[in-house]
Amino acid sequence: MPRRFTPKVVTANALLEGDVVYLTARDAWSRKLSEAEILTDEAHAQLRLVEASRRQDEVVGVYLADMDAGPDGPEPVHFREEFRRTGPSNYAHGKQADL
Amino acid sequence: MYRYTDFDAAFVAERNRQFRAQVERRIDGSLTEDEFKPLRLMNGLYLQLHAYMLRVAIPYGTLNSAQMRQLAYLAERWDKGYGHFTTRQNIQFNWPALRDVPDMLDALAEVGMHAIQTSGNTIRNVTADHFAGAAADEIADPRPVAELLRQSSTDHPEFQFLPRKFKIAVTGAPNDRAVTAAHDLALRIVTRDGEIGYQVLVGGGLGRTPMIGKVIAAFVPQADLLPYVEAVVSVWNLLGRRDNKYKSRIKITVHEHGIDEIRRLVEARFAETRAAFDGTDLALFDEIRAAFAPPALTEAPTEAFDRAYAADPVFRSWADTNLSAHRAPGHAIVQVSLKAHGATPGDATAAQMRVLADIAERFGHDELRISHEQNVILPHIRKADLPEIHAILKPNGLATANIGLISDIIACPGMDYCALATARSIPIAQQIATRFDELKLEHEIGELKIKISGCINACGHHHVGHIGILGLDRAGVENYQITLGGDHTETASLGDRTGPGFSAEEIIPAIERLVEAYLAHRSSPEESFLESYRRLGMAPFKEALYGAADGKNARAA
Ligand code: SF4
Repeated sequence: MPRRFTPKVVTANALLEGDVVYLTARDAWSRKLSEAEILTDEAHAQLRLVEASRRQDEVVGVYLADMDAGPDGPEPVHFREEFRRTGPSNYAHGKQADL
Repeated sequence: MYRYTDFDAAFVAERNRQFRAQVERRIDGSLTEDEFKPLRLMNGLYLQLHAYMLRVAIPYGTLNSAQMRQLAYLAERWDKGYGHFTTRQNIQFNWPALRDVPDMLDALAEVGMHAIQTSGNTIRNVTADHFAGAAADEIADPRPVAELLRQSSTDHPEFQFLPRKFKIAVTGAPNDRAVTAAHDLALRIVTRDGEIGYQVLVGGGLGRTPMIGKVIAAFVPQADLLPYVEAVVSVWNLLGRRDNKYKSRIKITVHEHGIDEIRRLVEARFAETRAAFDGTDLALFDEIRAAFAPPALTEAPTEAFDRAYAADPVFRSWADTNLSAHRAPGHAIVQVSLKAHGATPGDATAAQMRVLADIAERFGHDELRISHEQNVILPHIRKADLPEIHAILKPNGLATANIGLISDIIACPGMDYCALATARSIPIAQQIATRFDELKLEHEIGELKIKISGCINACGHHHVGHIGILGLDRAGVENYQITLGGDHTETASLGDRTGPGFSAEEIIPAIERLVEAYLAHRSSPEESFLESYRRLGMAPFKEALYGAADGKNARAA
């Protein structure tokens, strides 16, 4: 049996502000992980990555991040993505300020 | 203080103008990120986890009040109201927007500051003893030579594409406060028959493969210094491993070829570089040195200090902990702690920066220093003024009496900011400081340096902490490895790993057990943690961490 594919989202940093952003199903960049398109098929994920990587005038450092598909949308598998989603833990200076 | 010339100002202005145009071209799409990245890094602009980060050079950690105020202005205008002072005596702004960075650089240039060579494979900001020009034990001020090196290395055509970054540190005192042995190249001012010269070390460094620097030359006279340093960098520039970035630093070159072979090559190269120097550098050095002439210090009565010291226990504790011996009678070096219990090590708000600038201007000959330990130093303070200064620091969260103690922790930004991190460091530092403050034990514990890095790159100097903590990612969970017995001074040594690491929940109790073991085993209250460790070895500490059985029981995963 083939290895189960870990669901992914396409993520990057916004070119102008540096904010962490996620690709939505409607091809917009959202600051909210809950709005990200969850990619459950490997080939589709690769395609979305390639498409997103072309959007150089909007974002920097596009990659696929592992997620669990939760009831309220994608949930980070790794703690690094958890911090990226919320912001630093020493001040509410990141996204946690507006979430 | 050293003033930059019109030539320097024009150079920085031209650089800023170029970078402004490069940012515009990036935004309008004519530059790709691959094209832009090396350009922004040349100007100190990184992209971190949540935002861009601008790293500004503070050469040899020296600032005047106008510069400190300008940093406060940047923090308020373009950041979130604070800045982070680093172990390389620099300051980092964590939240600039790309479009604003050219304005930030122009604002810095107004006070003679910039971000050039704070990144990239160049000779980086030259660091120095933060007590330079003030310390009682100093042979000579290390800053003139640091400035000479800064000038010669800035935009040096041979050294813009080195195998990797290259860090230089200078100390003018036998007590090494500048961690010189952990630098690619270290200069220690020494005397021989009354003449001042330099002991030169190469190949020190922390990171993945930590090494203590080795002496390549016991005495280099002033006249030979610049050509000698150029010879070292030049030899490494050719030999250094460009094929593997983990092997590219000079410490690996020295390790692979041996110090004797490197010395031979450097001496051969030195014969060539020396011939190219015509004495201009020496004339320049004299000019620079004159600009670093010490301020005129007048001795003043110390009664006000003595009175406050006798009457006010809070002041007394601060004075005992945060002051160091000044070479001039009636004076002291003040270390202002940026480590209030529970605060982020090295962070200062714009308001705090302004308070410090005001104090420096009013009481301190307009001088401020940033230490690699992420504190701010007022180098020339009359003892008589200390009670008043303390009273100003206190309501601004700047009077914490903990210099050199367990809560005076070095912590790198870690995974709260840094894109390279494998775990967080700031919350660990905050929790240790808070915990030992609750226990009210830190003055009893005495000198104990904890240093925390959020990854193997070791910006938090964990290898040379009496207790070092390294944050790692173990199967998707933050895990903290402890080292003991590191030392950053003239008796430099690398810490030894205790064994398996601890989770984020376990690490604070683990540190507490280590400290309990020290308190139980020390021969007297005068024996420091490091001395106890050197006398006793690892065994009692290992037992405290992992239990008695075989050092491998269930306490740690
Ligand atoms: S040690 Fe690692 S995590 Fe810490 S600042 Fe350096 S690179 Fe970042």
